[in-house]
Amino acid sequence: MTSLLMRSIKFLVGLGFVGVLLIALWGTISGLIREGTPQTAEQALHEHPKELHLPSNGPFGKFDLAQLQRGFKVYEKVCAQCHSLNLVSFRELAGLGYNEAEIKKIAKDWPVKQPVFDNKAGTWGERDNTPADRFPKVYYAANGTPPDLSLITKARHDGAAYVYSLMVGYTEKPDAEGAKKFPEALKSPEGLHFNKYFANLHLAMPAPLTDAQIDTVKYTDGTPTTVDQMAQDVSAFLVWTAEPTMQQRHRFGVAVLIFLIFATILGYGAYRNVWRGMKH
Amino acid sequence: MSFPWAKHYEPKHPLMQWIDSRLPLPRFVYNAIGGGYPVPRNLNYFWNFGVLAGVALVIQIVTGIVLAMHFHSSAAEAFNSVNVGIMRDVNAGWFLRFAHANGASMFFIVVYIHMFRGLYYGSYKAPREMVWLLGVVIFLLMMATAFMGYVLPWGQMSFWGAQVITGFFSAIPVVGDWIRVWLLGGYAPDDAALNRFFSLHYLLPFVIAGVIILHIWALHIPGSSNPTGVEVKGEQDTVPFHPYYTAKDGFGVGIFLIFFTALVFFYPDALGHPDNYIPANPLSTPAHIVPEWYFWPFYAILRAFTADFILPAKLWGVLAMFGSILILFFLPWLDKSPVRSANYRPVYRTLFWVLMVDVLVLGYCGGSPADPAYIIASQLASAYYFAHFLIILPIVSRLERPRPLPGSITEAVLGTTKTA
Repeated sequence: MTSLLMRSIKFLVGLGFVGVLLIALWGTISGLIREGTPQTAEQALHEHPKELHLPSNGPFGKFDLAQLQRGFKVYEKVCAQCHSLNLVSFRELAGLGYNEAEIKKIAKDWPVKQPVFDNKAGTWGERDNTPADRFPKVYYAANGTPPDLSLITKARHDGAAYVYSLMVGYTEKPDAEGAKKFPEALKSPEGLHFNKYFANLHLAMPAPLTDAQIDTVKYTDGTPTTVDQMAQDVSAFLVWTAEPTMQQRHRFGVAVLIFLIFATILGYGAYRNVWRGMKH
Repeated sequence: MSFPWAKHYEPKHPLMQWIDSRLPLPRFVYNAIGGGYPVPRNLNYFWNFGVLAGVALVIQIVTGIVLAMHFHSSAAEAFNSVNVGIMRDVNAGWFLRFAHANGASMFFIVVYIHMFRGLYYGSYKAPREMVWLLGVVIFLLMMATAFMGYVLPWGQMSFWGAQVITGFFSAIPVVGDWIRVWLLGGYAPDDAALNRFFSLHYLLPFVIAGVIILHIWALHIPGSSNPTGVEVKGEQDTVPFHPYYTAKDGFGVGIFLIFFTALVFFYPDALGHPDNYIPANPLSTPAHIVPEWYFWPFYAILRAFTADFILPAKLWGVLAMFGSILILFFLPWLDKSPVRSANYRPVYRTLFWVLMVDVLVLGYCGGSPADPAYIIASQLASAYYFAHFLIILPIVSRLERPRPLPGSITEAVLGTTKTA
């Protein structure tokens, strides 16, 4: 009797799990029939980022330093009003091709200063930034919480293309069919702005790059200062801030791969040599 | 141990003689992975993966120890110590970090292949049950280690992953919430949890290394299995581990490192989740909380239980998820067939491939959002998973008529009925 019980216990456990799963399955299917899967406004209107071709794309991508400098200028003149870059140090700007004197000047002139605590007076004051400092935090009083941009292109799916699409997406028309189906979803709540590339469709940030910024940014390297160009350049810059060592990583990778392929071919030869005459 | 024709260690150099007569460590190594361990001559490439798992563990320990030198295990500093300190300021820190994060994935890839090899070729059967059982212990330890390691960078998925996984314990009736608070050292993951996870994440790999020694010791009692599943009958069936399999494993390690390199240097974030580049924020729940890819099949099983039937759905899910791994401990006794290799078991072979597809479906569903379509697929696939091990396999293994086995390994290799 006990041995029969022991022998059938696996079937009982198995049937238990399968049975509960079938009950759950019944629940899921009947729920589906009752309610269906109604499409949400986000599903109908939210769009994946547009394609963006940057020189840093792909496994062997390289940075275009001129573009990164332009992108930094866009960040400095526009984004930095609200968004910090708190994981990046001024000294790292050497990676964009700036020399020591230039970096010192950029740090010194940076409008947001480093907070310092005066031990004698017991009060907070501020001082100029130095190349050793990280970009200071930006305090923002208005609606919304602007995220730090240091890692933004890594913190979103297809990040560089996402940033670019978001920048240029404010003026783009929503999907016609979705718009007809969810006309309410196009109306932004007070203080928010519609953008089909944003997951919730409405965000607190107003279009940051418009024709009004063209004079503020004004490229000096001959590249035409257009909204689309600025959006591309700032995306490229934010790819750099997220991983300044990316180009180095690609370069090392090629060397390591060449070495390993060579070593593995030798390893294969050694394997064949050792096993010669041994059928297996 | 093992076979009478195993070569004996004879140190030639006086220094080695001196050491060997006082501490027979060279002899031990020689008998374990040297010329003193006879191995079936017909092992295919799937037998490389045990060694590869060992290599992956060593890579994890070496990169992990150096990373720990630069990591701050505090909720306030962990994220920046990884994303500023290690990624930007430590020389080649980005390499260590990406090697460690992708090393975990590589470790799981090779271990999953190693386990499926064991399933296909019946490596868990007598007299190798203990090898299999210790392997399942290693797998459980790996899962715990990987989970705690993923919490350390203190990104959004770290935090919410810790929240979800420790939440399993609150499914235990009566004392569940109390246990969860005790495990976390608080009501939500914070400094206390982060510090203990760091401590245990550093400890467990060495426990894994210890269990691996037992795993290999248990393996060396009967010796390695082989693709025919026929036991070694004589000296002509085996070759010494060194140089035969050291050479073959050397080639295997090369291929492994090529894949590893491609991930680390060219696609380091491909297997990670973007949300983990956002600092942990207890006030903002990510839209989709998903674990790392190697937990997806188990996550799908967890989410498949949506009905309160006697027990709450959550408890069913947690029981089933742990049960889906614990079943593996009973596998040697659930499969009654005396034949090991699926090559000679036509029905089991089909079942193996169905199970393989089933686990891939579970994995796909586990990584997808909890939409009804994926839940339905998870429910069907989970039901099949349990049915495979607990109902179908015990019955099929009794009724199945295996194909004739070769007389010996050598016969199978040479393709003749005359044994040498």
